Amino acid sequence: MTVAIETRGLAKRFGDTRALDGVDLSISQGTVYGLLGPNGAGKTTTIRILATLLSPDAGTGTVLGHDVVRDARRVREKVSLTGQYASVDEDLTGHENLVLMGRLLGLSWRDARARAAELLDAFGLAEAAARQVRTYSGGMRRRIDIAASLVATPEILFLDEPTTGLDPRSRNQVWELVRRIAGEGTTVLLTTQYLDEADRLAHRMAVIDHGRVIAEGTSRDLKAMVGASALHLRLTRADQQGRARELVSRVLGDGLLPVGDATSVAARLGNPAQAADVLAALAGDSVEVAEFSVGNPSLDEVFLALTGHAADAPVSEDKP
Amino acid sequence: MTTDQVLALRARPRPASALSAVGTLAWRAMLKIKHVPFQLFDVTVMPIMFTLLFTYIFGGALAGSPREYIQYLLPGVLVQTVIFITVYTGVGLNTDIDKGLYDRFRSLPMWQPAPLFGALAGDLFRYSVASALILIVGLILGFRPRGGVLGVLLAFALVMVFCFALSWCWIIVGMLVRSPESVMTTSFIFLMPLTFASNIFVDLRTMPPLLQEVVSRNPVTHLANASRGLMHGQPVGTEILWVLLASAVIVLLASPIAMRMYRKER
Repeated sequence: MTVAIETRGLAKRFGDTRALDGVDLSISQGTVYGLLGPNGAGKTTTIRILATLLSPDAGTGTVLGHDVVRDARRVREKVSLTGQYASVDEDLTGHENLVLMGRLLGLSWRDARARAAELLDAFGLAEAAARQVRTYSGGMRRRIDIAASLVATPEILFLDEPTTGLDPRSRNQVWELVRRIAGEGTTVLLTTQYLDEADRLAHRMAVIDHGRVIAEGTSRDLKAMVGASALHLRLTRADQQGRARELVSRVLGDGLLPVGDATSVAARLGNPAQAADVLAALAGDSVEVAEFSVGNPSLDEVFLALTGHAADAPVSEDKP
Repeated sequence: MTTDQVLALRARPRPASALSAVGTLAWRAMLKIKHVPFQLFDVTVMPIMFTLLFTYIFGGALAGSPREYIQYLLPGVLVQTVIFITVYTGVGLNTDIDKGLYDRFRSLPMWQPAPLFGALAGDLFRYSVASALILIVGLILGFRPRGGVLGVLLAFALVMVFCFALSWCWIIVGMLVRSPESVMTTSFIFLMPLTFASNIFVDLRTMPPLLQEVVSRNPVTHLANASRGLMHGQPVGTEILWVLLASAVIVLLASPIAMRMYRKER
């Protein structure tokens, strides 16, 4: 497969903060690629460099063979960027926003208007076409924002946290859109903090932490790094968590996975049959188990295992 | 998967020319005035109030009668109004940067400074509308420009030239500060002394000598004198030259800085 995006040793600092510390990526054409990481990991910086908005301090980035610094204009002809915040004019109507983009991209007034109507229709925004974007709901804003990036269908679409702050229904609509866009051949590079989002949408993904890629592969590859399967327990009583962890690690010989709350315990299983031993040990010590399951480790656990800290612990805005 | 006609990849059109991009972005600025006319009222209501208050409260004392005073005051208030509106250039730019709209513009294959010039073109339209409004209020209150239509139009044109130049300063402020509100505050720190330490409201000769020295060198004083002269058909060639010179200096100093800051990454 042809490589659409390639970076080598991409580095960028803002003052004393090292936003990117040598990022290597290779993204195949026509795929959906996820950049996964907590706030401040360097996801947005990577996308902004690839969209020619920032220049790297070191390293190179190429988009469809064009260098993002030397051939910036060529790159801009191939890509579209949908930033973290709805980057459309809130004072204008949905239709006007899309006509604006069409005109700036070189369409005639007539073609720009036709394209705007077509996109509004396809994105379920036809009824809101004549309303100012400031009256739109979060999900509608996101869709008009993505539509604005597709006025002239780009070969590469950058989506920076496309579903942050959306309700589940709107999130599903955006996922569906991303699949449709990718289905037509556009390469999509998206950033996300939601591990299930990357799991559902991305063919491959890179986990980024502190400006470095700490893992790369398909979601199955990443899960395999943490172990074949995982045991999840939910306890009835939070005060028994310590005791339960002790027992689990004694039976399994460590293998504990970090968890987010006080009633859960998770652990790597070499062999699913070991789950029975764990349950027996817990029952023998009167630790009450409300729920248990054995399955693939979730991407949350992958992230925790790889970075040693929770993925959903936002520190600051991921904005330079 | 079936072909999704709307999203299907096809050749992108040839990107818009610089001129067409600026024109399109000026169209956007007009749309904003249509959708948010409040930003125009915001800055015209205060000068209209000033005109009314000054005319009727101080008019008698300063010029013998309100009707006499408004002949002096109105060209100056027009200058002040349009100068105040220039702040919106910075506010608009700051809002666009804040909302991420400039990121989108800057990632488009178009002439990069097009959004700046598009905004300025839209602003010129805004200045014209505000000027017309003030003039209408003036005519109602008894303002009679002896320079006729041509004089008034020339005065308008001169105010536009100066305000276009001044806008570049607010573009810089708009890129420097954090929020649209602070663009306002910062700009008015400069604008208040600039417009009040001028002869917009009162004749230079009524001021203490030291202040006269300052006020007579203020470009806004020259602009007020020039538009007063043009509107009343008096010879003010030197004043016009001073205004053009000041405008040129501001553009030459501010625009390269503004352009560099605009191209610089954020």
